[in-house]
Amino acid sequence: MVENNKYTNKYNFAFIDEATKKEIRRKLLKAVAIPGYQVPYSSPEMPISRGWGTGGLHVTLAIIGKDDVFKIIDQGSDASVNACNLREFVHQMTNCKTTYNTAEATLIQTRHRITEEELRDDQIYIYQVPQPEPLRSVERYEFKTRQMHGEADYAKMWVSLYESYVRDGDIMLGAGYPVMVNKRYILAPSPIPKWDVPNLNHSNALHLFGAGREKRLYAIPPYTIVDPLEFEDVKFHTENFSGTECYRTGYKKAFMDELYFDDGTKHFLINDSNFLDKLAEDMEPKQHANKYIDQL
Amino acid sequence: MSRNADNWLLKVTDLTKIYGEPNENTLALTGPEYNSNICPETDSIVACANISFDLYPGEVLGIVGESGSGKSTVVKLLYLDMEQTSGSARFMPYIDGSINMLDASSQKKRYIKNYLMGMVYQNPRDGLNFNFTSGGNIAEKLIMAGNYHVGDIRARASDLLIKTEIPVLRMDDQPVTFSGGMQQRVQISKAIANDPPLLFLDEVTTGLDVSVQAKVLDLIRELQQDLGITMIVVSHDLSVIRMLTDRTLVMKNGRVVEGGLTDQILQDPQHEYSQLLVSSLL
Amino acid sequence: MGYIAVKGGTDAIHNSQQLVEFYRLKDATTPLDIEQIRSQLRMAVDKVMGEGGMYAPEYAAIALKQSEGEVFEAAFILRAFRATLQRKYYSETLNTREMFIKRKISASFREIPGGQILGPTRDYTQRIIDTSKATENNEDIQKFLTEFRKGVDTEHLAEITTFAKVIDLLKNEGLLKPVDPNEDKTLADITREAIKFPAVRSARLQMMARAETGGLMALGYASMRGFGNVHPTVGELRYGPVPVRVKDASGRLRYIGKIEVTEAETISTGRTVKKKQPPSYTIGYGLCFGQNDTKAICMGILDTGMRSPDINSPANDQEFVLYHTEGIEAMGFTNHLKLPHYVTFQSDLKNLREAIKRSGKQKVEQPVSTE
Repeated sequence: MVENNKYTNKYNFAFIDEATKKEIRRKLLKAVAIPGYQVPYSSPEMPISRGWGTGGLHVTLAIIGKDDVFKIIDQGSDASVNACNLREFVHQMTNCKTTYNTAEATLIQTRHRITEEELRDDQIYIYQVPQPEPLRSVERYEFKTRQMHGEADYAKMWVSLYESYVRDGDIMLGAGYPVMVNKRYILAPSPIPKWDVPNLNHSNALHLFGAGREKRLYAIPPYTIVDPLEFEDVKFHTENFSGTECYRTGYKKAFMDELYFDDGTKHFLINDSNFLDKLAEDMEPKQHANKYIDQL
Repeated sequence: MSRNADNWLLKVTDLTKIYGEPNENTLALTGPEYNSNICPETDSIVACANISFDLYPGEVLGIVGESGSGKSTVVKLLYLDMEQTSGSARFMPYIDGSINMLDASSQKKRYIKNYLMGMVYQNPRDGLNFNFTSGGNIAEKLIMAGNYHVGDIRARASDLLIKTEIPVLRMDDQPVTFSGGMQQRVQISKAIANDPPLLFLDEVTTGLDVSVQAKVLDLIRELQQDLGITMIVVSHDLSVIRMLTDRTLVMKNGRVVEGGLTDQILQDPQHEYSQLLVSSLL
Repeated sequence: MGYIAVKGGTDAIHNSQQLVEFYRLKDATTPLDIEQIRSQLRMAVDKVMGEGGMYAPEYAAIALKQSEGEVFEAAFILRAFRATLQRKYYSETLNTREMFIKRKISASFREIPGGQILGPTRDYTQRIIDTSKATENNEDIQKFLTEFRKGVDTEHLAEITTFAKVIDLLKNEGLLKPVDPNEDKTLADITREAIKFPAVRSARLQMMARAETGGLMALGYASMRGFGNVHPTVGELRYGPVPVRVKDASGRLRYIGKIEVTEAETISTGRTVKKKQPPSYTIGYGLCFGQNDTKAICMGILDTGMRSPDINSPANDQEFVLYHTEGIEAMGFTNHLKLPHYVTFQSDLKNLREAIKRSGKQKVEQPVSTE
């Protein structure tokens, strides 16, 4: 019998119906099996705008269980408006515990940052991805970029880096710096800053990427080799924050926000709000280690 | 330049490309004797049929014919830009010529094109990416062959530009700002960047001014003498063929009507079409 | 410090939502009745159903009320709701020959089987603002309805049923290009599988059926004006209800109701591939929910365009047309620019400052004002 409950307002656990969740999980398994490969998926409409984190939500809602502890950040902050909105939605639809504390979370959804605090192997890190195709800047057609990935035909991408260096003396790519995953696929690490890119390499955690509008899922499994694209003599580097320190904690080795106060003075503040809070409370959160931070 | 039956570089056998749906009479009803390459029964078009030849290391082979004769099709098939209807091509640098390279996977074909061949098209836009600088275009070919050192890439690019007589200062300019002759020279630099064993030249001087044509031809001849590259040169212009090639195939309506040493064909053409071509040259 | 990083994010959202409600209700006017919206804002409801991808006039009316008449937003709400419903059946192919004709016109022939039926259309009205609408009351409505019904011959009405289609006439005369046997006739379901390119025709038509009317119109218009090559004749445009049937578990066809659709069949001269073949017509097809002539016709134009790819015409380019007329995705992504981007911007800023430093100048030179 077809149900005919007028104006029904009941939703399935985690909003998405079980058949679709299963489909997303199957696609995620494929993504994990082929690190860096973009898997097309159904990408059902969410009650959240396209381009506002629907892909991340699909992943979160497809894999979340009743015992999960959910954290979500937007541009590094737990309290950013869109993060609040999505957190409330996930909470309403699952009744799962939510947290700001990176160490406490089992699922962390993010827009454009990796936490400064090191991730563990029992955590899953979920990215909201606006543009999953790293080659889009050099090739506008989807059917061609898929072929380029299939044949590992990446010369155009490399030439664009070469050209950037020739023009401006550096590879002028900022957030979303392209990386090579497992020596095979070039991947767009969502626009996380270069500061975060080295933390994808050999990470303890599983990293899942959801691009809702473009309908693609991809993954970096734990302990996978992730190399930023660089030439033998023109190297990748992270954002240079030398000479600056967090005005509240005096800490130097973190990605900083640049703030302008009312009197026009410029100050720097640690971007990762939970990391900042922990430092301010004299706790000692364990930070990701990588060779770029070590050099500071 | 030793030539004996066993040391060929490229062995082409019965290369055929037909568009449309041919039937069993298609090949019999087309060709120079019908002065047509369109099958009257099926409307299928025989771009080229039963092309066979051996190419030897260091040799320059010319393919001459009017437009529509199938000469460019032969080159596009051999440069793996399109797929053949039937026939084979074995290429010594690729697995010692033991298999038909035309049937390789697209990934393998990419390898062959990137590492083992070079191509200069009639239109520089087909061979160059006009959004990249001329240095970037050469870099693309070098990167394709696994060079990821910017310093080395730039050194090699400037060598090539000097060789093709382009001011090194223009290395970081886009070819869209260059003259037609310069664009063609950049295309040549790119094509030979990896010292390919085989280079294709498809109507490379068509569309250039006569004085510029001569310079580009001189350049190609010098490069051939300096580097000893094996080449296949396609042209409708017998004077280009005379200047560059050792041996020539004359094509008409998708078939080879005559083949032999270039000098011999020029002095004593056998087929009436070749005779027509030669007489128009004089 | 602006709307970021402060811990009051949740409160801010909550307050903003309260304000939305306040602005909707602040003048304390009579609440809009859903039935009123459904019947008096029929065209808006049709558009919302079409772009929302769900035939549910009542829900569309609620969505319109909820979104204060913003059609994009209403279509989005409907589509999100639709995503929570399970697909239990696939309907059998609609047979538009069974349509109860409310409107049927052809621009290609003066007379067509059953005649031209103008039906409800504003095409031949003067767009003069009718200020009497400002004072319209129930009495006026009743008066109009009584008058109108007097003029309707109910017996004659029964004669209007279904008619042969214009394309049948062309087909019988052998003027239509036969269906290409190589065309991929796979029936895609774009709501279950992401579209892949090159896309099969069924997927292209499904995408367009849910696309935004304005977007389709812009590209269809561009194609006709010269940035494309399709300038068709409207073979037939039909609007009316058609029956929907599904197969039940035992394989029997079951009638489940009627939906109203607009269907357009546009005629263009097809390109001949083979030399000796005579020219023929090709049909562009458009079908959308409710009454929406513009959308159905533009679908027809773009359907034809996409079947003859041409790199110089964006309107003939599948990826260009289908990705960018998808209104709900386009709206979402355009509006996402309002989200904070300070991390990505900081990364960019670092690059630019370093590059300026490398160039040896302090900052980019500003033009000197001549005043």
